Amino acid sequence: MESLSTETIDVGQAQSIDDVMQKVAEHKGCGTSGGSGKASCGSGAGENDLPQEIWDKVKNHPCYSEEAHHHYARMHVAVAPACNIQCNYCNRKYDCANESRPGVVSEKLTPEQASKKVLAVASTIPQMTVLGIAGPGDPLANPEKTFKTFELISQTAPDIKLCLSTNGLALPEHVDTIAKYNVDHVTITINMVDPDIGAQIYPWIFWNRKRIFGREAAEILTQHQMRGLEMLTERGILCKVNSVMIPGINDKHLVEVNKAVKSRGAFLHNIMPLISSPEHGTVFGLNGQRGPTAQELKALQDSCEGEMNMMRHCRQCRADAVGLLGEDRSAEFTTDKIMAMEVTYDLESRQAYQAQVEIERQKVAAAKNAELNTLAGEGNEDIKILIAVATKGSGRVNEHFGHAKEFQIYELSTKGAKFIGHRRVDLYCQGGYGEEDSLETIIRAINDCTAVFVAKIGGCPKNDLLKAGIDPVDEFAFEFIEQSAITYFKRYLDKVNSGEMEHKERGDATIRQGAYITA
Amino acid sequence: MTYKIVASQCTSCSACEAECPNVAISEKNGTFVINPKKCTECIGYFDVPQCVAVCPVDDTCVIDTSLPRYQAAGGAA
Repeated sequence: MESLSTETIDVGQAQSIDDVMQKVAEHKGCGTSGGSGKASCGSGAGENDLPQEIWDKVKNHPCYSEEAHHHYARMHVAVAPACNIQCNYCNRKYDCANESRPGVVSEKLTPEQASKKVLAVASTIPQMTVLGIAGPGDPLANPEKTFKTFELISQTAPDIKLCLSTNGLALPEHVDTIAKYNVDHVTITINMVDPDIGAQIYPWIFWNRKRIFGREAAEILTQHQMRGLEMLTERGILCKVNSVMIPGINDKHLVEVNKAVKSRGAFLHNIMPLISSPEHGTVFGLNGQRGPTAQELKALQDSCEGEMNMMRHCRQCRADAVGLLGEDRSAEFTTDKIMAMEVTYDLESRQAYQAQVEIERQKVAAAKNAELNTLAGEGNEDIKILIAVATKGSGRVNEHFGHAKEFQIYELSTKGAKFIGHRRVDLYCQGGYGEEDSLETIIRAINDCTAVFVAKIGGCPKNDLLKAGIDPVDEFAFEFIEQSAITYFKRYLDKVNSGEMEHKERGDATIRQGAYITA
Repeated sequence: MTYKIVASQCTSCSACEAECPNVAISEKNGTFVINPKKCTECIGYFDVPQCVAVCPVDDTCVIDTSLPRYQAAGGAA
């Protein structure tokens, strides 16, 4: 009931917001244009693909810009433990520090501890530009703690962007507070717009002092999600929508979700694979509900891409993650360590560091564009291959094969190199499930790739990769990823054209479901 | 009598603390506890005990023993 009252509040700074929203609206068409030779605007968008106002908002945000995620870091603070809905893919009870998935956290923080932690991390990791509150419950089911944290951080570290991630149930009643604290990015997890499907994902919600079950619960949830999304876009707050792809339940339906959120002004859609293993203790983990394969996920993302921007670089991180996406440095910043730290917030040195990051980033873009020009007029438009890249960030091939915890996947075609996702390859945690051979795990995870780019690789894994039909490539060590990839693709095309080898489809790959080792 | 929280099942999510109309719930040694002197089983406030309705782990907020609501309903509330 109380949620209805917020709609009467009028939007103050209408002019500038209208401006931005106009740009958002104009921008939405760009995904469908295709064939321009640019990477699809999506989250992979660069400066030239987006209106300036939107680019300014997302360009240093690793969760909103694929390009930024190679260079900038984020952190989550776990100040919001309570939740107001129950999801079949979530079980908050299980906390293994070596595990990475949403809803899981090692220690809760008070807003004051969180604020200190942000300052400590910002001083240690100058490219940390974004603070998010993502749980481990729902930030808006803990509004006092969430907004107190934002208030403290905006006072001491005004350059850090604030964002939050919510299931949307309590969103309409909090939209104006979100606007008041200058939260400029909000993520809503929307898995359905059909309550019959929702009833298979959400057993119950807590609403109006009651537990509400099944279809009725899903109906209320979807109404609040849609209205919350509309209210945020009206206020010029950029919205990303996360969806969990659950094969057999909402996989086909997510195309409808994509249309519904696009029409309400969502900026970016992030379709993530269900993480589901019996050891997680979730309903889906225990009832054997499987997650999608890599190619199933990619096909769904591709089919939605014509409709709107798709995000493919999400790492489904923990509610207390720290660092670049794909790395987790949270163990360096436990409460004990933070409280013992002497922290001075040095805005100037942070800005100087970030200026260096910008220079590096422009080099990456320039190298890519120069190389892309050499692809013009190659023919063979139908040929697409995937490559896996071992990287520590900065857009370079700079990780040893044996040290890689994940590989970034690029799709190469005559249109260039397009980032399409990542594959986790780390082992199950100690005492966990199965002593798998790590190399076999890696090969299964990148089985759909033609080549793997690494800074260095030993003789044994090299031979095993070749046997599996994956080309191990170390000649681009420390070079820019996209430039190197295009060079490789040109050679590949030459070999196909000269008849030296035949182009073949590589088949599917496995998405890793187990615990994440970060050490 | 009152409700109590089964400590071994409590995830310390704190959801119940904010919902309790009697401010009877607080954190103690990492989990949450209900002050039996303050708990009214929500009788007179809500149709259902709020801690039971919001708790993410079933059978974690449970009745202590023979209390008015329990007797009236003839079973668990």
